Amino acid sequence: MRVDIENLQAHRGGRTVITDVSVPVPSGTVLGLLGPNGSGKSTLLRAVSGLAAPSAGRVRFDGTDITSLSRREMARRVAVMAQEHSEEFEIPVLDLVLLGRIPHGRGYGRDSDHDISLAQRALTRVGAAHLENRPFSALSGGERQRVLFARALTQDTPVLVLDEPTNHLDIAHQLELLDLVRATDRTVMVALHDLNLAARSCDAIGVLAEGRLLSLGAPDEVLRTDLVRSVFGVESTAVAHPRSGRRHLLFDACSPPKPSGHGPTNPPIPTEEEVTTP
Amino acid sequence: MAQATNGRRVSASLQRLLASTRPGGAPPGGAPAPAAPAGGTRRRGVLAARILVPVLALTLLAVVVLSTSVGTIDVSPAEALRVIAGHLVPGMPWMSDGSLTTVQDNAVWQFRLPRVILAATAGAALALAGALMQAVVHNSLAEPYILGVSAGAGVGAVSFIVLGVGTSSLGVGGAAFLGALTATAAVYTLAHKNGRIAPQRLILAGVALGALFSAVTSYLTITTHAQNVFSIMFFLLGSVSAATMGHLALPSAALLIVGLYAAFHARALNALLVGDDAAASLGVNVNRLRSGALVAAALLTGSVVAVSGGIGFVGLIIPHIARITVGSDHRRMLPVALLGGAVFLTTCDFLARTLADPSEIPLGVLTAMVGAPFFLWLLRRDRADSVGVGR
Repeated sequence: MRVDIENLQAHRGGRTVITDVSVPVPSGTVLGLLGPNGSGKSTLLRAVSGLAAPSAGRVRFDGTDITSLSRREMARRVAVMAQEHSEEFEIPVLDLVLLGRIPHGRGYGRDSDHDISLAQRALTRVGAAHLENRPFSALSGGERQRVLFARALTQDTPVLVLDEPTNHLDIAHQLELLDLVRATDRTVMVALHDLNLAARSCDAIGVLAEGRLLSLGAPDEVLRTDLVRSVFGVESTAVAHPRSGRRHLLFDACSPPKPSGHGPTNPPIPTEEEVTTP
Repeated sequence: MAQATNGRRVSASLQRLLASTRPGGAPPGGAPAPAAPAGGTRRRGVLAARILVPVLALTLLAVVVLSTSVGTIDVSPAEALRVIAGHLVPGMPWMSDGSLTTVQDNAVWQFRLPRVILAATAGAALALAGALMQAVVHNSLAEPYILGVSAGAGVGAVSFIVLGVGTSSLGVGGAAFLGALTATAAVYTLAHKNGRIAPQRLILAGVALGALFSAVTSYLTITTHAQNVFSIMFFLLGSVSAATMGHLALPSAALLIVGLYAAFHARALNALLVGDDAAASLGVNVNRLRSGALVAAALLTGSVVAVSGGIGFVGLIIPHIARITVGSDHRRMLPVALLGGAVFLTTCDFLARTLADPSEIPLGVLTAMVGAPFFLWLLRRDRADSVGVGR
């Protein structure tokens, strides 16, 4: 399913967090969203998943404006994996994964064999089948991430929205999870923090800073050292990976603060000229 | 057309509900047992619910019959059962062959049965209200009275008595119901902000308003004539002793409506357990569900408080007991809580009438005295940890 974000503007807590962002995401593409903390990645993903209404602009799924879709219709199109989880009441892992079937069922409906086998298959795919009967809160951070991803898979939607899915995962599980994401033929929007991991796993990269989309394109075009400096304030060196030949960034140090700047909290974003002529 | 589809869905769901309560019974669709391996938290809960629901239903029936056979007029349990059956099914021979006296018939049908059924209805209603409240405010300490319902009902009832309008139970009940609805509306309005009800704000507003109303009730009680104090205490401690068939209409109707509402939203309530955003992304309209469940819980609690006063403890404890025994899935937990609440309160009422015979122990006193030790015992078991009590 194709996702189009058009001139999106979004507020959070009375503040404009996203300004005029337009991103076309062709069907089956994995789009990585990068940007410093507070750059608006989560807010953008919330708007795409219909959890927060944009203040201007629109999101289309295959041309349909998502504001015309009911919550249930949305839940059949997009599954969300986010950080939030309430733990007041305990729930076994399989039950948690089965929640993904809610938009496909009705009323009192008991879980069908089909539902249960989908959930178990998803758990097997993320390597968490052995956790099936464990209470969710007894899991480690990495196990939780995998179970939440299994729930998103069980929801069986053409679009996946993943907000920092690799948090708390060890390197093997990070690679494994992103390979799983790649292997699904779904349209994926994923917020990540690791630039090299994003370059390795995504078809396209969008870079956000202060709520604006600064760059969008193939990983190798987007992830340049000047962009890393201007967006993250970090000096880096680009090298070719000796095996794959893919561009890889080595991080050297934080960029020295600009003489005019007052601390790193709100670094001014340099213009194109500043970047190309240091 | 939409109506018709809906109706079919209702009956299909009810069939499934009934099927799931049959011990070990396969649903009408003939689906085989799920492929999940036996054992483990989930399967254990499913099995426990399949056993517990019919067991609780039979227990309820037994307690009702036993309870209607106890009193100053001598009636055996078998005779009580015959009186009840005879009134429900027309043409039963024993109703006209003189084997039962009119006094026995009146004692069972006119006096004892309404009271026992009110106890069952109130227990089920309070347990259901408590389960709904705990789910929609994400808090295991939530209970039906957290919206200030009982405090509001208290002010209504006590004002009615103190102002000297009378002490007729219907009048007091009406005033209590009004007070309960006023309190709930106030708490709801206070918790509502930016088109959203924040659970935390709801709890705090309910507690604050409850304290305010309790203060008013205490002031009215302490300054009124001594002869009113007994009526007031009788209401505040809760009782089902004055029940007539007329008292049953309001709580029964509320229980039926809210029971259906809860059955259709059981899965959505499950989603709410993992958080508002997660539930929304699973297709649940969180705001509508929360408002709906709050109104439903207030309706249940208000109608129960109006006819039986403030019966504490049931709404807080029974949902937890249901969760500990069958897990937190509302499709299993709600039927168990509903029946469990009914069994618990009818049993307490039975004990309230018999333990200190010929005088009667206030129901609210017994619910805590019977319920607290049992709950504390359950709380210490490992089983409780698997539903999150041990954190």
